Amino acid sequence: MELYDIIFYFFAAMILVSGFVVVGSKNIVYSAYSLLFVLVGIAAFYILLGADFLGVVQLMVYVGGILILLLFGIMLTNKVKGVEIKSDSNFVIPSLITIAVFTAFLLFVITETNWLEITPEFVQTTVKSLGIELIQNYSLVFEILAVVLLIALIGAATLARNDNKEN
Amino acid sequence: MPHVGLTHFLVISSILFSLGLYAVIVRKNAILVLMGIELMLNSANINFVAFAHFGNLGLDGQMMALFVIVLAAAEAAIALAIVLNIYKTFLHINVDEVDKLKE
Amino acid sequence: MPGSNLISLSLIILFLPLIGFITVLLFGKRFSKLYNLEIGILATNLILTIFVMFQKLMYFPEKIANRFTWINFGNVPFVGELKVELGIELTNVTVLMLFVVNLISFLVHVYSTKYMEGDIRFSRYYSYLGIFTFSMLGIVLADNFLMMYIFWELVGLSSYLLIGFWYEKDSAADAGKKAFLTNRIGDMGMWLGILILFTNYHTFTFDIIFEAINAGNIPFADNGWLTAAGILIFMGAIGKSAQFPLHVWLPDAMEGPTPVSALIHAATMVAAGVYMIVKVFAIFTADALLVIAVIGALTSFISATIALTQNDIKKVLAYSTVSQLGYMVMAVGVGAYHYAFFHLVTHAFFKALLFLGSGSVIYAMHHEQDMRKMGGLKKKMPITYYTFLIATLAISGVPFFSGFLSKDGILAGTYAFGSLTGHWLIPVLGFLVAGMTAFYMFRLVLMTFHGEPRDHHKYDHAHESPWAMTIPLITLAVLSFWITYTPNPVSSDAGWFLNKIENQSTVVPQDTRFEFMQTEDVPNEENHNNHTEQAVIHSEHYMHAMHEAHYPAMILSLVLASLGILFAFVVYYWNKVSADKMANAVPFLYKFSLNKWFFDEFYHSTFIRGTIETSKGLSVFDGKVIDGAVNGSATITRGFSKISGLFDQYVVDGLVNLTAFKIGFFGFIFKKTQTGRVQNYILLAILSLIVLFIIFLPFF
Repeated sequence: MELYDIIFYFFAAMILVSGFVVVGSKNIVYSAYSLLFVLVGIAAFYILLGADFLGVVQLMVYVGGILILLLFGIMLTNKVKGVEIKSDSNFVIPSLITIAVFTAFLLFVITETNWLEITPEFVQTTVKSLGIELIQNYSLVFEILAVVLLIALIGAATLARNDNKEN
Repeated sequence: MPHVGLTHFLVISSILFSLGLYAVIVRKNAILVLMGIELMLNSANINFVAFAHFGNLGLDGQMMALFVIVLAAAEAAIALAIVLNIYKTFLHINVDEVDKLKE
Repeated sequence: MPGSNLISLSLIILFLPLIGFITVLLFGKRFSKLYNLEIGILATNLILTIFVMFQKLMYFPEKIANRFTWINFGNVPFVGELKVELGIELTNVTVLMLFVVNLISFLVHVYSTKYMEGDIRFSRYYSYLGIFTFSMLGIVLADNFLMMYIFWELVGLSSYLLIGFWYEKDSAADAGKKAFLTNRIGDMGMWLGILILFTNYHTFTFDIIFEAINAGNIPFADNGWLTAAGILIFMGAIGKSAQFPLHVWLPDAMEGPTPVSALIHAATMVAAGVYMIVKVFAIFTADALLVIAVIGALTSFISATIALTQNDIKKVLAYSTVSQLGYMVMAVGVGAYHYAFFHLVTHAFFKALLFLGSGSVIYAMHHEQDMRKMGGLKKKMPITYYTFLIATLAISGVPFFSGFLSKDGILAGTYAFGSLTGHWLIPVLGFLVAGMTAFYMFRLVLMTFHGEPRDHHKYDHAHESPWAMTIPLITLAVLSFWITYTPNPVSSDAGWFLNKIENQSTVVPQDTRFEFMQTEDVPNEENHNNHTEQAVIHSEHYMHAMHEAHYPAMILSLVLASLGILFAFVVYYWNKVSADKMANAVPFLYKFSLNKWFFDEFYHSTFIRGTIETSKGLSVFDGKVIDGAVNGSATITRGFSKISGLFDQYVVDGLVNLTAFKIGFFGFIFKKTQTGRVQNYILLAILSLIVLFIIFLPFF
């Protein structure tokens, strides 16, 4: 086993274990913290896959942004005085069976397919080429995304605003 | 044990996807549902990057992953705003009790 | 500065009011001072317009035009290449009109700050003014029928909004509806006319159509169709410019705020009709022109007689507007279209002045509009009085004022027309109207501003209006003097204004022109490419006749105008003759005039009642004849139905019931899945995905 493999298995285990905690934990705060580990693991995966910039972005946006947002959401929507930060489930058994079958199929397809595998080349750094790509071939998408983000920003602010008239 | 290749990443990502799906279907708390969605998006991202890496397909896969991350950020913001609104209206965020769609 | 820059500037002029409209409409409620933006926009517009106007008049004798393809249909079967082009063009007429519209709109904006102060929908009012100005500018700049028609309808819409602005009043709401619907009748005709041309030439652009007609390409190869197209397009002007059969909306439109009346009835909406027929003058055949002239003459005569007896200050002005519009249309009809445009401009200024002045009076009298309750206001409101007097002198055709020049030109044109073609009715009506105009306008002035105050309570509270209202009055008064247009106070021929109006050549075939418009020689080669200078519109013959008619017409109109003024003084100033006695002497005529020739009643009892009665009749027809037939066949059908009914009941129903039962059964089961919970739906979706997996597994 090489070092690469060891690192992979380490992070894969981390992702899976934390993933189970995320979806299975009764305490939603635990879920949120486990999600942190899942996301960090995925960032590590990106780096293993030669996408260094993406890994950094994953850390910054997901861990630094979305996760914090989710934590805020938890904080604002649960009665913080202690007892209520629990969340239960429903339809567990049928859903579990369905999803198990679904996953089995997925894994079956993945393992049975003869993927055309080329020995990957490692590029030293992708930041520069990504940047060039972003303003050349993907410039339109880039601009549209900017607008989408703006709209999301305004929309979220409008939706979450406390309407003074009602209160 | 073979060297780590494309299949390994795909397996992990599909398990992650299923976990996300489970959270979306089963959990009552809307924020947990959101976390499930994030997991699914991330697993898709792993696929993108893995295929790009092992197929020597250039940067397009990474590009897509990048866009997915951006959209996920926008989605999380909007969805949380909606959740806050639901909380204001119903005083809880249990998605199974928000079943106005039935009528 | 190249011409294309002027085009871009005029595009800015066109779209600025639209931006103002949107901004003020959206944010006017929150920021109550935002209406100042509208005023600022109009001020900018005015400055730009003046710049464009001087550039165009000084340095660009040629027309500047710019077109782009809006929709390209490509190669359409049976038609060929088809594309719709839009564009704007700048001619001298266009830029002058731009100036008039922008100036009056700006003054109305300024004026309204005081007049409409405290209104609950103040900022909405300004946004409506913005869209009105925008649509009018669109008409002015259009270089094709389609764009003109679009903006034409926009003007209709915005006039509806403005006339019915105080929609809490039923009369205002009704007046808005009436204006809109009456205009629709005319617009329908105009659209048909445009379609006749479009069917034949596959283009909406003026120039291309003109050239095609000039090259002898007549719609459906028949001169009748050309006449029809001309008259149908003129129908649009009948509606918008309130000509004879459709003039009824304009007096009712006085229900709108007074500054709006000034805008609609002086510079924008009603002027659009005249502007349009001036612009497309080239395609009118002799028959169409005769129709136009007769309708114009009739309109001006009818409404002048009505204006004689009205007591509402705005109603008098409304009918005088209709009458003056009739003048312009008549002038186009007799071929003196440059005088028509001249009169359009001078009239725009002094009529706006009259309306704004009357608004000032109404404002001072606390929204009293009845002239019988006014009087003696001269002392209380000197600025209003003197500016109003200037406008009155102008509209009455007194020398040294603008109205004299343009009216004189129109009358000379009709006189020449009469002498050349023998249609003497038109000049006779024209001259009669000149006398009547002088009479009723001075009646208005004398009743309002002179004599003893009749309502002392209101008189005591009357006061001069604030500067925001008087400055526009003074500006317009300055523009009502002759010197604005020509150095010579009795003839405008040497003035810059008439010389700047392009000579438009009529393009219809020689045999469909009036004799005096036929050109002796076919346009020669070197001029062929240059459309505007192609042929002189009028033969020497006509120019000569016009020239000859100038002095007789001038003297005659002067005599008639002074008679009218004198008569007004006799009746309303010196009180030598009692107005009531005169009315009693000819009760029938008096009633006829006071009730506006019973047009509204006539329309009500014919068209409106007619429509209602027809629909009632049709409903009876439906009930008796059609229902009878239906019932008869029903009886026959019923026999057959009974037989097949038995079959149905036992055989078909059995099957259907079985199906229904099955569906009901499964529905009962599946109903449980419709929980309204999205999560369950996702679960079901995954289940179906698995089913698909299983189905397609053998192919894997």
